[in-house]
Amino acid sequence: MILSVIFQFVMAYIATICFGVILNIPHQAFNSVGLIGGVSWAFYWVLSHNFGIGIAFGNLAAALLISVLSMYAARYKKMPVIIFNIPSLVSFVPGGQAYKMVRNFAIGNPDLAWSYFMQVVVIAGAIAMGFALGELYHQVGIYNHLRVLKRR
Amino acid sequence: MTNQEKQIDVINACLLAGRILVENGSEISRAADTMQRIAKNAGMKSVQLFVTVTGIMLSVNNHPNAQVAGIDHRTIDLDKVARVNELSREFAVGKIELSQMVDRLSEIDNNTPTFPFWIKFLAAGLLSAVLLIVFTHEYVDAPAGFVIGAVWYAVFYFFNRMFKVQFISEFFASIVIGIMAALAVKFGVGTYLDNLIIGGVMPLVPGVPITNAVRDTVAGNLISGPARAVEACLSAVAIGSGIVCVLHFL
Repeated sequence: MILSVIFQFVMAYIATICFGVILNIPHQAFNSVGLIGGVSWAFYWVLSHNFGIGIAFGNLAAALLISVLSMYAARYKKMPVIIFNIPSLVSFVPGGQAYKMVRNFAIGNPDLAWSYFMQVVVIAGAIAMGFALGELYHQVGIYNHLRVLKRR
Repeated sequence: MTNQEKQIDVINACLLAGRILVENGSEISRAADTMQRIAKNAGMKSVQLFVTVTGIMLSVNNHPNAQVAGIDHRTIDLDKVARVNELSREFAVGKIELSQMVDRLSEIDNNTPTFPFWIKFLAAGLLSAVLLIVFTHEYVDAPAGFVIGAVWYAVFYFFNRMFKVQFISEFFASIVIGIMAALAVKFGVGTYLDNLIIGGVMPLVPGVPITNAVRDTVAGNLISGPARAVEACLSAVAIGSGIVCVLHFL
């Protein structure tokens, strides 16, 4: 169990960095991006395999984790948040489902196509919701508190 | 420098910064925020912005003309976003002057280094192979997935330079991927056709644009969000139909 979690972590780490190369992120950010992507994928994997949590809540939780971690990373590395949260998403984005949806439409399987379409909408919505919650966390949390203190 | 000239400089810097940000995959709210900041740090209290994915409008109060910047292509190049952010931060603490701003911005726009092609090529292949393993828990197809993903990226890159129309390059690249996956299965290099295709298209499938579309919509950009969704759907359709063309003949 622990071994397979570590395996998933390593795989997602590699995938995230590779996607970062394709999106041309600055090379100073590689390690942090990989860690964020790996940790959040391993988290999602544990949630869905050990607790049987479905795609909607699993993606929401993972996106929330990505969002929170990447804001800390952004403050630590002094780079915009978008550098950390977009590459980390690579293992979550509904690309495979989007492709299957179009394929099933094209070969005349509208029922299956609609079910994939629903999955795409649910996953994209859950990720966006998770990001929104992460931003909320940061605005409500310690950060704002410190800023108020600094202004005095 | 007269007030008029300064205003023109501020407007140019804001428009250029916003255009670079939107062109290279930033969310709309970030672009608007950065432009607002640049204007504020240059001493301009009230600037009106209207940012969409296809164009930016900007006007300064008490100034008769509004300025427009059109955006005709969008890619994702996060290094440029990082550099514009860095520049805006340097400007905020007064490290660089307003007059240098436009030059530095156009330097970012034209001369930001990217990774050499062979590294991107290997990265695309590795990404395909790794995601294939993660999603399907099968190892047999990983080598074939590596080759397919890498070749797909190369074909896409080449066509994108030739045609400058993303959908056409995606369509042709998907035809190539379909043929390669079918051949791999036929000659016994790969086992599962569907898995190979999914792993192969993963590097450029529009998952991130779809997610960005939803994020923009949720953030209240009701013009840009749906526009991005349409763009993402077009890519998905281009990729899917390219592959279906091949599957039709199997």
